[in-house]
Amino acid sequence: MTLPTDSLQDGYAILFQNATYRLPSGTPLISNLNLMVARGETLILLGRSGSGKTTTLKLINRLLDATEGEILIAGKPIHSLNPIELRRGIGYVIQDAGLFPHWSVGRNVGLVPKLHGWQDEKIKARVRDMLSLVGLPPEEFAERRPSGLSGGQKQRVGVARALAADPPILLMDEPFGALDPITRADLQREFRDLAARLHKTIVFVTHDVREALYLGTRIAVLDQGRLVGIYTPKEFLKASEPEIHAFAASLHSGAAGEGAQ
Amino acid sequence: MKWYEFLLHNRAEVFQRIIEHLGLVAASMAIALAIGLPVGIWLVQRAKWQRWVIGGANALQTIPSLALFGFLIPVPFIGGVGASTAIVALSLYALLPILRNTCIGILEVDPAVVESARGMGMTPRQVLWQVQLPLAAPVLLAGIRVATAMCIGVATVAAAIGAGGLGVFIFRGLAMVNNQVILAGAIPAAGIAIAVDSGLGYFQKSVGKR
Repeated sequence: MTLPTDSLQDGYAILFQNATYRLPSGTPLISNLNLMVARGETLILLGRSGSGKTTTLKLINRLLDATEGEILIAGKPIHSLNPIELRRGIGYVIQDAGLFPHWSVGRNVGLVPKLHGWQDEKIKARVRDMLSLVGLPPEEFAERRPSGLSGGQKQRVGVARALAADPPILLMDEPFGALDPITRADLQREFRDLAARLHKTIVFVTHDVREALYLGTRIAVLDQGRLVGIYTPKEFLKASEPEIHAFAASLHSGAAGEGAQ
Repeated sequence: MKWYEFLLHNRAEVFQRIIEHLGLVAASMAIALAIGLPVGIWLVQRAKWQRWVIGGANALQTIPSLALFGFLIPVPFIGGVGASTAIVALSLYALLPILRNTCIGILEVDPAVVESARGMGMTPRQVLWQVQLPLAAPVLLAGIRVATAMCIGVATVAAAIGAGGLGVFIFRGLAMVNNQVILAGAIPAAGIAIAVDSGLGYFQKSVGKR
């Protein structure tokens, strides 16, 4: 199922209503999360390791199912949707890219269109467009194996693969987290331009404050599975909550050094 | 009479024994694969069962082959004297490497790759056939290779319970106290094992390169 963009007209793309996710042992990883992701925005999920950012992301494409509460996409509760169909309509990019090492770059990018049953010619054309879009000349890259790519190139392929079936929603889990600072800065800059052009609803997980401020329309801060608050980048820098202060302080002290460039 | 002269003189019987031997191995491997692959795949999601099933297969393998053949003779349906009992025993031996390598091969596939496959909307079946099995193939084939080589060797013992094969010459040589007759069984068996193993090894390498 491709989630039709026009069905998102009620303003929000994704809505968390009191969503809780517990491990089978009963320990909650996410507690009573209420969160609205507006159509076309880039919402950053910011938090320390173990704050529940990735769990929140996986609740959206049902890699995990909320144990309580409800999540709606385009007005429909996602537990009523077929998870396979739901995922095919949502782009997904993870830190290690997760490219299939036994497939060519082109076949990797064409995965979701293939799952949708597109014709081979249409897939080929789409793969060429997507590789060009992320700055990888298709004639040079389409036939190569992922093992021959640099970290930055792999992530570009990961983004191309996520965008290939033109999903209205894109989930990104620290996509640039494992890259060297210079490559990361390049990809962040290009991705910001791309996001502005494509009007996708993007949920982006990071623990890097600079990245959050640079890419985010709004920043949702999570701590121990709870939502601390949602801020625009400007509000974030002025916010008074202690949890935000810790993050803001890391900007100046360089304590979150991974983000420094 | 040297062992190679024995082989030449008894061409017709040697040919028959080789065919019997290969038949035993092929039938046992087919059964071991038919059980080992699905059970190995089934085990991937079940950490609790892995210990018991792989441990059980391990225990089976510690039973000396001659003893296992002996144990099986009185068992109803599968037992008795002849090829079918031998095939049951050989299948049990071949099961462990196949089962274990199927399970471990799939478990060792990069979790990021499997997660992205699921996240892209592949069905569990698509993830298994298009991602997990192709990536586990080199490990899986290594298990099949070990099992086959072992099967070819252990199948010589099957002659003790009347299953035929190249072991017939070995037991005949033992009875005759004639080393050349023993060699006439052992050398072709070793030759087959080496040939099949290197053939599978070549195949394994070409799959690993993809």
